[in-house]
Amino acid sequence: MPEVKTPLWEVFIRSRNGLAHKHVGSVHAADATLALQAARDVYTRRGEGLSVWVVPSSAITASDPADKDMLFEPTASKIYRHPTFYEVPEEVGNM
Amino acid sequence: MPTTSITLDETPLVLHLLRRADDALILGHRLSEWTGHAPTLEEELALANMALDLIGQARLLYAYAGSLAGHDEDQLAYLRDARAWRNCLLVELPNGDFAQTILRIVLFSAFMDPCWQATTRSADPTLAAIAAKAEKEVAYHLRHSAEWLIRLGDGTEESHRRAEAALDALWPYSGELFEADAADQAMIDAGIAPDPATLRGTWDATLADVLARATLARPGDTWMQTGGRTGRHTEHLGYLLADLQYLQRAYPGATW
Repeated sequence: MPEVKTPLWEVFIRSRNGLAHKHVGSVHAADATLALQAARDVYTRRGEGLSVWVVPSSAITASDPADKDMLFEPTASKIYRHPTFYEVPEEVGNM
Repeated sequence: MPTTSITLDETPLVLHLLRRADDALILGHRLSEWTGHAPTLEEELALANMALDLIGQARLLYAYAGSLAGHDEDQLAYLRDARAWRNCLLVELPNGDFAQTILRIVLFSAFMDPCWQATTRSADPTLAAIAAKAEKEVAYHLRHSAEWLIRLGDGTEESHRRAEAALDALWPYSGELFEADAADQAMIDAGIAPDPATLRGTWDATLADVLARATLARPGDTWMQTGGRTGRHTEHLGYLLADLQYLQRAYPGATW
């Protein structure tokens, strides 16, 4: 397998204090320092962020799309897991 | 808008502003030449971002200089002949290869970063405000270009050879950054601009650190190129200005 000189990195940006970092895309870079700079240069040009994370794409373990039905289909019928399923009595007031 | 070249009454302050502004616009123009040609998409945006930072700095400086000299920023950019440009020779040289492009940003930003930092304390409040904005931008230019130079110098045999060649080619143009003539001295005495001699230590330390990590040897003391600050330029500036000024020269006053 040929050596990958500029591997892929996933980019996460936190737009405001108090919010979570959100995945925004990916960049190619030789190492973590340059990946962080590339992420800054590509994804924060319009004031999108206060903080940037980069993670080697190879470090991410992903679910298999073929397992979609097995993993996620069963939850579709469990509507009682949503809080809106329950009627809150008037007397409780705002929760 | 006048259709022919303008001449300026260059008071020491106007001259100082033009020297800063012309450096920024010409280097910004050079970096913009990479758009569509950069080695990777990521670096293309990085170079374009730096170009836009520099052109933005130039606009603020031209607007201020123009308010003192009776011209607008476009006239200062588009209607001065090469002999009226006050940028240092370093910024007008062609981009060369990627190593030379990066090294130029290192040499220039290692000077401008402490220069803008010191200028935030300028006795001139307008210039101090411009410096406060520019300093943050140039600090990133220095960080980005230095990280690249370290990887080029300490990279492959070819990247080291190219970084070394760039250093040899551009080093004689670094001395002009530290020049100070009578007009500069007037600005220094008035507390408007920092004395470039006081920035030398920071520049030397930055270069020593980056070059060491890049496994590049600092060139020995050599004869330094000069002339840009008084309008004696290389032939390259003329070609650059032909590109930059073509539209306003061919269609005076054109807007869109």
